[in-house]
Amino acid sequence: MAFNEPTFSRRGLARLGAAAATIAALGAVKSAAAQGTSGTIKVGILHSLSGTMAISETTLRDVMLMLIEQQNAKGGLLGKKLEAVVVDPASNWPLFAEKARQLISVDKCAATFGCWTSVSRKSVLPVFEELNSILFYPVQYEGQECSRNVFYTGAAPNQQAIPAVDYLWNESKVKRWVLAGTDYVYPRTTNQILEAYLISKGVAKEDILTNYTPFGHSDWQNIVAEIKKFGSAGKKTAVVSTINGDANVPFYKELGNQGIKATDIPVVAFSVGEEELAGIDTKPLVGHLAAWNYFQSEDNADNKKFIAAWKAFTKNPKRTTNDPMEAHVIGFNMWVKAVEAAGTTASDAVIDALIGTAVPNLTGGYSAMMPNHHITKPVLIGEIQADGQFNTVSRTAGLVVAQEWSPYVADTKDLIGDWRSPLKCGAFNVKTGACTAGKKA
Amino acid sequence: MRRFFAILLLAALALAPGPSKADQADDAFAALASTSFDSVRGGVEQLSASGHPRAAAVIGALQSGKLYFRPDRALFIKQDDGGYLHALTAAAIADPGTVKPVRVNNGIRNAIDAALGAMRLFSPDTATRLTAAEAVFHAAEAGALPALNKAIAKESDPSVRLRMEQARAAAILSSADSGEADRIQAVSVLRTRADIDARGFLASLSGQPPAVADAIAVAITAIDRKAQLWSVAQSVYYGLSLGSVLLLAAAGLAITFGVMGVINMAHGEMVMIGAYTTFAVQQFMRAHTPGMYGASLLFAVPLAFMVSGTVGIVIERTLIRWLYGRPLETLLATWGLSLVLQQGVRTIFGANNKDVDTPSWMSGATQLGGLTLTWNRMYIILFSAIVLAALMAALRYTSLGLRMRAVTQNRRMAAAMGIRTPWIDALTFGLGSGVAGMAGVALSQIDNVSPNLGQSYIIDSFMVVVFGGVGNLWGTTLGALTLGITNKFLEPVAGAVMAKIVVLVLLILFIQRRPRGMFPLKGRAAES
Repeated sequence: MAFNEPTFSRRGLARLGAAAATIAALGAVKSAAAQGTSGTIKVGILHSLSGTMAISETTLRDVMLMLIEQQNAKGGLLGKKLEAVVVDPASNWPLFAEKARQLISVDKCAATFGCWTSVSRKSVLPVFEELNSILFYPVQYEGQECSRNVFYTGAAPNQQAIPAVDYLWNESKVKRWVLAGTDYVYPRTTNQILEAYLISKGVAKEDILTNYTPFGHSDWQNIVAEIKKFGSAGKKTAVVSTINGDANVPFYKELGNQGIKATDIPVVAFSVGEEELAGIDTKPLVGHLAAWNYFQSEDNADNKKFIAAWKAFTKNPKRTTNDPMEAHVIGFNMWVKAVEAAGTTASDAVIDALIGTAVPNLTGGYSAMMPNHHITKPVLIGEIQADGQFNTVSRTAGLVVAQEWSPYVADTKDLIGDWRSPLKCGAFNVKTGACTAGKKA
Repeated sequence: MRRFFAILLLAALALAPGPSKADQADDAFAALASTSFDSVRGGVEQLSASGHPRAAAVIGALQSGKLYFRPDRALFIKQDDGGYLHALTAAAIADPGTVKPVRVNNGIRNAIDAALGAMRLFSPDTATRLTAAEAVFHAAEAGALPALNKAIAKESDPSVRLRMEQARAAAILSSADSGEADRIQAVSVLRTRADIDARGFLASLSGQPPAVADAIAVAITAIDRKAQLWSVAQSVYYGLSLGSVLLLAAAGLAITFGVMGVINMAHGEMVMIGAYTTFAVQQFMRAHTPGMYGASLLFAVPLAFMVSGTVGIVIERTLIRWLYGRPLETLLATWGLSLVLQQGVRTIFGANNKDVDTPSWMSGATQLGGLTLTWNRMYIILFSAIVLAALMAALRYTSLGLRMRAVTQNRRMAAAMGIRTPWIDALTFGLGSGVAGMAGVALSQIDNVSPNLGQSYIIDSFMVVVFGGVGNLWGTTLGALTLGITNKFLEPVAGAVMAKIVVLVLLILFIQRRPRGMFPLKGRAAES
């Protein structure tokens, strides 16, 4: 029953044009960059404020604005005020690269804080290397990368995934593993590393079930049933979840409805934090686990001060804090310290000064920037509570140094990254003595 | 409540072997007042073995997170009114000083379930006994045997009794000193239980005598064979459920696209607005009428219909009516509109997901033979059937429906008969949008309530409508169910990502062969 040809007025076309112009104008407003005066140091903020990733990244923009405001209240940096330049890459990976180029070439930002997904980081990486600028990347990721221009303040796999597996292995005596993830680079690489690690621990291949689902997957019925079935082989079973943000809510709802309790088959997640839990009724999830390097429930003075400042800044007493926010706090403070030490914001000087910089983290200790451009972190395992917060059930004895190249993957087991003189190499093969990639004289 | 606890105490007393274990109870209480998980777990196990009269109350408080301790290792139970009771004496304490909650982890939760299960086997409430028997079954501890034997002797309810016997079978198989005949008997009890838990338990047993091990292997094969048969039915159910979600999302589009011919890319946003209406209704009811909170969804359905419908009418009047007959412009304009609506909602409500509660009557699952039927999905299947029936009835039997059909079949003739065609257009579009809004209420129960909610359904909705045959509600229904079931049968074989791709490829091939979908309209209306 196709539509019969109606009459329409010519004005319609004009109005459509007007509507299109309005939409275009909205886009332009977002990308309007601040044209600051020469007396400021510009800091780029490259987080999606619209599209799928806005849910996670908007918070990071806010925390950066708060940190810059706090720094300015303390008198700025090198006698100048800091100025935030916010752009919106709109969850569009190629747009990340464009916006990064704009931040560095047009706005002349001294450093950029941004990206969430690994695809967005891979998209901007060549831009930062080509224009020799600095990116602070705050999210846990799959490793296997070590760029001179990127400082990874999130966790590498050995600072999150492997300790979580160890915890289940030792505490819950888990012998059968479901590796469930969203189908993109972070879960695939992490699961590849985890599978190699589990096999090295003596887990049989048939005791590992790997499952990938598309972004935003919402119908988990038969996957949860399959997990249940996989768990009925008489060995303690656990799910290691690299399921990305949005898809978690229906996943956990289905687990609850099909009656899988944390005491039967615990799920340990690497992408579920306080923010994500704020959108779920957490009562059926009590006891499921997450591995991070920070929880809002951490009981120390620095963290309490940070949470209070955050709630005051957002004017929302219910706002939660999470791990990537802490990573930005650490990264920003390290950058400030390094710029002060170098006396300039020039990239080369700051990159060299950053290595070895140590600042307090929010878990009651210090984090240091290592020569591989990753930071030292404690690893915490938390169980979900009915109030949407985490109850820390395990923490590593000391700080864990990141392994940027996984020792469990054959191709990368001999590689190290060290950006100090004289090595200055992101992928140095200790067996052959050759720098395989990312050499910078 | 007080009576319930009193009975629990009696039950605990009945189990108490004697006063010689008093010291053990003191140790247990001291162990509970700790930040070490191992110590607390040990405390729970000791306490339940000690038969102390306060054991059930203290472990119950620990389970609900109401057990607190002071640095001097005194334990307190927090009351609902904010006061405290001394855990040992049950005396009210006005101000216990600085207390910290005793924290639990999964290991302790297991110990709590096992301990409380054994104590609650004698509860006067049938449902409590049933869950207690299940807890004891899962714990599968030989120590529970005497209590189980006593409980089975007293039990009058056949279904509870069956669960208790299964729990006893599990305990017998776990015990080191059961006879071989008893074990084989126990295996056959679990074999008739035949569910995934029984399979898991049987498979976990090791070190059984050879005859028993053989019986176990036979039982597992039997359970697996049965499960395989049921899994076909289960896949059909999953497919129906996915199909009903697709149908709900697509029903509104079947009106706006199927009947009116408007390519409405903002259709998903109407669904999203319906979901946010649900959120707003819940917020309002939580604040103003908490007594009726459980029925919040029933209020949300008509309201979401009205809100989305109104938005739809406004969109039709201000934007779409200027674009009739120009599909490309309509597509671009509505796509732009969808971005505007998304960003608008993001600005008003924030980018974060909103927590829409699932009422308790929609949580959990029921077992039908070997089928696991989750309540929320069952209600959604039912709801989509009702929506579809109502929509068809509205089009068939109401005067508005008559006018809608008249206008879409022959606009000029309808206008000549005195029908105000522009208003009918607006109302038809409003109806389609309103139905999308109702779909939003259902989707808020199974998916994220975020500004992106609509985006994830728009492609699927178009797929369903085109596949089913444009302009035909029955076609839409069959299209949705076919796609749902195909998807769910492919998923276990090909994986979720591959299944989606295969379905898309099949769909493209099908449309190549039959461009007008499964049920093309015939006759003069179809030619234009």
